[in-house]
Amino acid sequence: MTPLQLFLQQLANGLTLGAIYALIALGYTMVYGVIQLINFAHGEIFVLGAYAALTVVLTLGGTGVSWGVLLAACAVAAMGWCAVIGVAIERVAYRPLRGAPRLNPFITAIGMSFFLQNAIMLVYGATDRQFPNPLPLLRWETGGVTITLMQVLVWVSSAALMVGLQWLVMATRLGKAMRATAQDLTACALLGLPVNRIIAVTFAIGSALAAIGGLLFGLSYGTINFHDGYLIGLKAFTAAVLGGIGNIPGAMIGGLVLGLLEGLGAGYLSAQWKNVFAFVVLVLILLCKPTGLLGERVAERA
Amino acid sequence: MNRRLLRWGVAAAAALLWPLLQPNPYHLDVLTTACLYALLALGLNLIVGLTGLLHLGYAAFFAIGAYTYGLLNLHAGWPFWVGWLPAAAVSGLCGVALGVPALRVRGDYLAIVTLGFGEIVRIAFTNLEQWTGGPNGLLGIAHPRLWLPGHGVLDFGVSSAPYYYLVVLTTLATAGACVRLSYSRVGRAWIAIRDDEIAAACMGVPVLQLKLAAQACGGAIAGLAGAIFAAKQGTITPDSFDFVLSVMVLSMVVLGGLGSIRGAVLSALVLGSLPEFLRGFEQYRMLLFGLSMIIIIRLRPQGLFGRGGRAPMLRDGPTAA
Repeated sequence: MTPLQLFLQQLANGLTLGAIYALIALGYTMVYGVIQLINFAHGEIFVLGAYAALTVVLTLGGTGVSWGVLLAACAVAAMGWCAVIGVAIERVAYRPLRGAPRLNPFITAIGMSFFLQNAIMLVYGATDRQFPNPLPLLRWETGGVTITLMQVLVWVSSAALMVGLQWLVMATRLGKAMRATAQDLTACALLGLPVNRIIAVTFAIGSALAAIGGLLFGLSYGTINFHDGYLIGLKAFTAAVLGGIGNIPGAMIGGLVLGLLEGLGAGYLSAQWKNVFAFVVLVLILLCKPTGLLGERVAERA
Repeated sequence: MNRRLLRWGVAAAAALLWPLLQPNPYHLDVLTTACLYALLALGLNLIVGLTGLLHLGYAAFFAIGAYTYGLLNLHAGWPFWVGWLPAAAVSGLCGVALGVPALRVRGDYLAIVTLGFGEIVRIAFTNLEQWTGGPNGLLGIAHPRLWLPGHGVLDFGVSSAPYYYLVVLTTLATAGACVRLSYSRVGRAWIAIRDDEIAAACMGVPVLQLKLAAQACGGAIAGLAGAIFAAKQGTITPDSFDFVLSVMVLSMVVLGGLGSIRGAVLSALVLGSLPEFLRGFEQYRMLLFGLSMIIIIRLRPQGLFGRGGRAPMLRDGPTAA
């Protein structure tokens, strides 16, 4: 492999990881934008999505349906299940605390994260679960760089979801209501907007995106474990902050940047230290540009 | 003031007499762990509760204290009593070293920078195998030895009671220091920064220096706890200092009521021993633990001892009388 080929290969790998980070980061950033809460349970939603998809793959896998139908079924089941759970979490753990000091919902979020993580462990077991990949093993060689169908699927589906989300937020009535709620919740409530429903929808969309992230992660890496949500959730959150939290394009860029950094860092420097690169870069970027890459608002609260 | 002194006095007496009434080593071990949590909660309370800096990497200071004592003991042969305070000092200095760049950002961004710091420290301890033993950690750290009149030299070894007394006395002393500190000029300035940083700066409070001081004090207290932990365990691994620990300590501070010192201690004792009480449920215990965090916050949003006011510390303080 020439150095250029190696570089391109790492780029492709990093882009795949980055796209998954970005999908999860969107959920963090949307929820943060609307109610200024770091939704710590979001990493668990991601794992929940992966396990829901796994259940569908294992149930339908032997029945001879084509892989396209199977994937669609996985996606629908995972998105629906996670959206329901996301809304339920908001209802139980965050809505009653709206208006309380900001750290309180943060603590219930942590409690929720512990609860979900252990619930997942009790249901699915504590060991790594194999995630069978129904995709045909197609791969293309271009200039010595191997690109798999799986990677293409990750790129295309995450790009489509991001474009769709951007359209939803910028061009629909619902999106306008979400943006208004993010700007001033009280004023929106006074003007008669159903803020509770808007917040619930935000959680549903964010959770559904994380579910797709979970499905793609399971397919790409082949195993899933109940505590994967912790580190990946942390990284995705880092990505959201990197791009400027509360900012949707920022989360996408942050995810991609983080994935690329990890891919390139693991390839060129040391795989052992790859988690450190992510955080070192995060700290450096925040120190130079304290609001993240695309953030404008200065967070004044503690 | 006197009633409060009385309350602390009763609590101290009860804590010190406990082993005489209940010499069960397992219970003492649970209480020792809970007390170490209390020590950590006291330190983090200075940073989060009084100064209002959201810190998500507090376990790193605990780790730095533990590894400092471990390395000083293994390589330089320093006994616990000699290495204890330097371990705290190193942790405190790391607090300042982190603070100098990190305090330029605020709020949630500060939270994430400190989280990054915590992860970096843990991964560094894992990867720097030539010094820290990597994932296996440091082995064979010496237990403390103490000369007692009439007993000769007492080796703490693996018995429970000596560590219990050590931790309880340290916690009481630290709690006392924290109470005094919170009423001092520095403490009041911290609260002023927490409540309104811009107003405090306008009144001439040197904000950056005081934030660094909070980081230093909080870091040093975690260092004290870390060195005790290392001496008690004899073995330390990077896994003991993960993000979950930072989060646990933060929950204790919030559940106790931000800024409340007895709240921090009591909720640390409750949360620190809760997993042991739930041991009967074995595999459900972390699940129930998460559930109880949600329930407590929903029932008492201001924390167990918070009073919902802006500066609860000042209300019954000497200046407000």
